[in-house]
Amino acid sequence: MTDAVSLQGVTKQFGDVVAVRDLDLSIADGEFFSLLGPSGCGKTTTLRMIAGFEFPTSGSLLIHGNEMGLQPPNKRPINTVFQSYALFPHMTVEDNVGFGLHMKKRGSAEITDRVKRALDMVQLGHRAAAMPRQLSGGQQQRVALARALVNEPEVLLLDEPLGALDLKLRQAMQLELKDLQTRVGITFIYVTHDQDEALTMSDRIGVMNEGSLLQVGSPQEIYEHPTSRFVADFIGEINLLPAVVVDHETVRLRGNHLIAASTGAGSGESVTVAIRPERFELYDLDEPIPDGMNRIEGRVTRRIYHGDVFYYDVDTPAGLIEAKEENRPGIELYDIGEQTIAVWAPAATTVVRD
Amino acid sequence: MADVMTDVEAVTPELEAAAERAESRRGVLLALPSGFYLVLFFAIPLVIVLVYSFASRSSTGLTQLRDWSLDAYQRLWDPLVGEIALRSLILAVATTAICLAVSYPFAYYIATRGPTMRNVLLVLVMIPFWSNFLVRTYAWRVLLGSDGPISQISQALGGEPIRVLFTNTAVLIGLVYGYLPFMVLPLYAALERMDWRLVEAARDLYADGWTAFRKVTWPLSRPGVIAGSILVFIPTLGAYVTPAILGGARTTLLGDYIVSQFLAARNQPFGSALSVTVMTVMLGATILYFRTGARSL
Repeated sequence: MTDAVSLQGVTKQFGDVVAVRDLDLSIADGEFFSLLGPSGCGKTTTLRMIAGFEFPTSGSLLIHGNEMGLQPPNKRPINTVFQSYALFPHMTVEDNVGFGLHMKKRGSAEITDRVKRALDMVQLGHRAAAMPRQLSGGQQQRVALARALVNEPEVLLLDEPLGALDLKLRQAMQLELKDLQTRVGITFIYVTHDQDEALTMSDRIGVMNEGSLLQVGSPQEIYEHPTSRFVADFIGEINLLPAVVVDHETVRLRGNHLIAASTGAGSGESVTVAIRPERFELYDLDEPIPDGMNRIEGRVTRRIYHGDVFYYDVDTPAGLIEAKEENRPGIELYDIGEQTIAVWAPAATTVVRD
Repeated sequence: MADVMTDVEAVTPELEAAAERAESRRGVLLALPSGFYLVLFFAIPLVIVLVYSFASRSSTGLTQLRDWSLDAYQRLWDPLVGEIALRSLILAVATTAICLAVSYPFAYYIATRGPTMRNVLLVLVMIPFWSNFLVRTYAWRVLLGSDGPISQISQALGGEPIRVLFTNTAVLIGLVYGYLPFMVLPLYAALERMDWRLVEAARDLYADGWTAFRKVTWPLSRPGVIAGSILVFIPTLGAYVTPAILGGARTTLLGDYIVSQFLAARNQPFGSALSVTVMTVMLGATILYFRTGARSL
């Protein structure tokens, strides 16, 4: 099966500024793919190139195997849900949704029917005659979605479509979007700077920074096995400790503290060890610790109550680490100044090069 | 501490209402100077004109504030008046249409430049205002004259001498020149506010460049088109200075005609009746234009 979208060596320059650098990426048919990164990382430029609003400076862009890099947007089998929706303010909801079908010169009976079905799909059939400004943010978002999906595009592009909504609505819409994507089976390419959003919805995530694609993988791969310091740091909370490789299975942290980790690097190399806060378990000094686990002793310097979890700062010879413990009934709390042992599995220790 | 809290809560609604009243009082005060000026130099003269239009004339041509009648208005049905009005109307419509056709692409160009370039271009649009309108119109007389530079260039290239001065064409050129900025600026303001992502959305939904313009840019810039058209149409319909300097004696327009009633013919009631009628018609047309424009937005 050919990929829905394939970018090969795509570079985009604006004058001297390289917005996207030598990007290689293939997105499968029916996939929910997210481009994740901080603002200015090139994710929006990448999306705009796929949509046809920007043309690549070099490289090749294929849509279902056809070269499309230099085609204008109206010649591409792709539709976009814009950030802040870009609904036509001078047209009714119905006319907004029917715009693409009108442009494709469909019969009026077909247009009426398909617009109605699209609006019903996003539960806005009763607002067909309203003007966009009469709708709430969430409703406008749905109209934008219906306006794109009614055309049955081969690929749907979404540019931070939930950015303008408040948290509760955003979370509800995330699930709704994912559900919708599964139902219609269209390839979604979703641009966001919100890692929660990307982790919740995506089949795969591509993390970008400074115009380059750093890592592509499933949400789990990205979260559990970041391959670079940037990805580790950008996704979720993480402890980053400087270390030196001893051999294939051992690294030395600061304070001459040896721990087990799969290094995949030559001995003597300077690396960073990344450990998620929730991977730590805190033990008393005299408590028995399971075999084969990494451990480091330290003093609790801060405890923050966060409802479902407690955050601890533990001052160790290797540096300050943050640990996260679930607020289970009967959990033993450590007070500030108490000594404790932070324990974690070697498998939860990711070694990244800088 | 607790006392302070209750105080604040109890006072708030009244306090808000009082603040609002104070605000509106301040507003009235601020509007007072301009209001005074407008009443003195605009509203009162307007009332005088209205009163005069019902007055009568003595045998020596003096206006008499008695024997009130509609005689002056009856003269409006004179075919000569109709002819002059039609000529003025055609000229005003042509001026507005040409101004719009020339200004729209230019305003579009300015609105899509970077901030620095934009300001430079806007200053260029306004530069003509730095010199006197009369002087600029006389300059056109030199330019368009049969021995002026335009005619000379035409002759140097082997063509005929160009004789446009003292024709309606010369008046049209002068009017378009004079009122172009009044079209450019509102169009620029409308296009500058334009959300270009809407054009991208139209392109994304399979519209080609021209269709996206027709379906999105044009309707959304219509407030600017309406404002600019009114700003050009109304003064050109009653234009006096430009036709007087560039136009011929045979092509009387509404402006000259009204002036000649007050000065040469000494028929102030008829001149007033003409003025009142032109104003009423233009006001009505403007309201209608705004209404239709507003509905399609």
